[in-house]
Amino acid sequence: MDTCIQKIREIAFQLLDKKEVERVIGFSNGTIPMATSPITIASKQDTEKLVFNSTCGLNLANYIRQQKGKIAVIAKGCDTRNIVTHIIENQVKRDQIYIIGVPCKGMINKSKIKALFEDEIIKFDEDGEILNVESSSKKEKLNKKDYLRHNCSLCQHRNPVIYDVLAGERVEEQIIDVPYPDVEKIAAMDADTRWGHFQDLTKNCIRCYACRNACPLCYCPTCFVDESGPQWVGKGQDKTDVNTFHFLRAFHCAGRCTDCGACVEACPMEINVRDFTRKLNKDSLDMFGWEAGLDLTKRPPLDAYSPDDPNHFIK
Amino acid sequence: MKFITIDKKNWAKGIEKSRETYRLFGPVKDKNGFFIRDLEKDMLPDMTCNDSVMSVKSVLFPQTEKILFASLNEAKEDHHIMKRVPFDPKQRAVVGIKPYDAKAVELVKMNFDTDDYRDPYWCDAYEATTFVGVGINKPGPFDFSTSTGTGPFSETGLDVLMADLDDAYLAKILTDKGDAFMKSCGFDKVADEKESLALFDILRKEAEKNISSHIDSSKLKDKTVLELHEAPFWDDIAFSCINCGTCTFVCPTCWCFDIQDEAKQKYASRFRNWDTCMSPLFTKHATGHNPRDSKTQRVRQRFMHKLKYFIDKYDQGIMCVGCGRCVKSCPVNIDIREVCKIMNSYVKSN
Repeated sequence: MDTCIQKIREIAFQLLDKKEVERVIGFSNGTIPMATSPITIASKQDTEKLVFNSTCGLNLANYIRQQKGKIAVIAKGCDTRNIVTHIIENQVKRDQIYIIGVPCKGMINKSKIKALFEDEIIKFDEDGEILNVESSSKKEKLNKKDYLRHNCSLCQHRNPVIYDVLAGERVEEQIIDVPYPDVEKIAAMDADTRWGHFQDLTKNCIRCYACRNACPLCYCPTCFVDESGPQWVGKGQDKTDVNTFHFLRAFHCAGRCTDCGACVEACPMEINVRDFTRKLNKDSLDMFGWEAGLDLTKRPPLDAYSPDDPNHFIK
Repeated sequence: MKFITIDKKNWAKGIEKSRETYRLFGPVKDKNGFFIRDLEKDMLPDMTCNDSVMSVKSVLFPQTEKILFASLNEAKEDHHIMKRVPFDPKQRAVVGIKPYDAKAVELVKMNFDTDDYRDPYWCDAYEATTFVGVGINKPGPFDFSTSTGTGPFSETGLDVLMADLDDAYLAKILTDKGDAFMKSCGFDKVADEKESLALFDILRKEAEKNISSHIDSSKLKDKTVLELHEAPFWDDIAFSCINCGTCTFVCPTCWCFDIQDEAKQKYASRFRNWDTCMSPLFTKHATGHNPRDSKTQRVRQRFMHKLKYFIDKYDQGIMCVGCGRCVKSCPVNIDIREVCKIMNSYVKSN
């Protein structure tokens, strides 16, 4: 993926130079190891600031709403699926967005890498499929494929599904025989164990809402947890209120979630927020043959009536 | 100045003994790092903690704290009259905290305990608490505490400062509260003052030398508020921000709170919860007017409060102790060190 950065910069430079777009949204280098930060660029001289690597785990579709004029955005497979969802849901217009698609071989699981070290990581770089990671006390050479984020290791849409230009060669899609092993594992638990699993999952939640705010789907002008008249849910650390937030947010994403992993990426408590959303993704697939964000012409299953609906109550 | 040596073999027993007098708090390892928690029976403070995900703030100022309650039963004489939740007067000790967190408590105190107003919940908890700190021998790469008026062996806000000497702790007793805590543990082996002072000095210098991260906030004081407020860089700084509350919640000096009332059947409770200036709800008026309606305004508020308004109001430096938690936890890598650099070096062009 490091080879595509030159191409990304060239494309961004041309777009700004020819004034085809007003701004380019991409990633810039972070100030600490394993970090990149979303950036908006309006001048062609600044295109050198753009980077793209395995730490760009956030979803830039989250940054394209309510922008003035035409903008370009750098988008991985999952980001493009969220752009499709945005277009279907009337959040952006297709002709407002110039999509610089990036075929993606997956983002790294930063928590898993941090867990290898007792002290802080002070240096990180990637050399193709090899990750070089260093703390004050040791150095590690890691195979990227062993440290992919869970959603990336199961991803079947690495290539952008919609784009104006591709910044790299298409990559081979993974064939995944069991796409939801985690959901099956949780589903196999007895009720008490399963409840315990979800109780433990949210144990350290501080309700910072990083998961919600990093999610391109969560664009409600006022989220139900922020509503004050009437108030739907308590705002404190009461376990019921914390769980209500997570459960309802997940249901609100049903049939819309692309499993981009931005929620998990953003969570400062390393909560695997996807444990909530994945079951609904699986249901969407099993019941409606639906994966979100693949087709501009189809309405999402919970947004459409169909005589083939598997639920009897609707017929 | 009194110094005490504690053989690590006697540590657990002594800490256990202190429970007769104290309710203990300290670092506990959980899924994604250390937290400062109430130490239940048989739990010891985990002294291997180099830094904690969350700060010591919550010991005095829990994220959710029930402060008042009332009966809604109109048959009762005192119905609808708010009463304070009884305060547990038992002494508390926080063991194993870092010097920068103790400094943060002192900064927070400026807000909760003033000449005009005393926040009873925070102040009562503060007065009941003894702060037992441990110096940081090997500061991490995100620690810039020497630039913020504290440091790896700073004594500000602590009652005891300990140095970790591998097989023993050397404890410097800083206050009567600290002395009482050590006595309650049965730690009474007095160490030579001169040697101990020299040893602390060496450890402090060595640790400070290892701090690789620094900020310069020296010019902020003389800048005018409006020039910084209206500076052109805020949109760029704020662009990546997703307006989550992470930075404010992990911050040991962020003290804003929000009041919430909840009622269940005939019983009403009033809570205070941590608030965050990153939220669009922050200080939103009942009229619907929002003084900081845009993301940029909210991000500006956070940094202006920490790096300008606080200086102007108290003249006690910046409202940041250099712990680096926000730098590490921010999902989009907004780095207060960079923002400080931009603000500190800003000169308005005409």
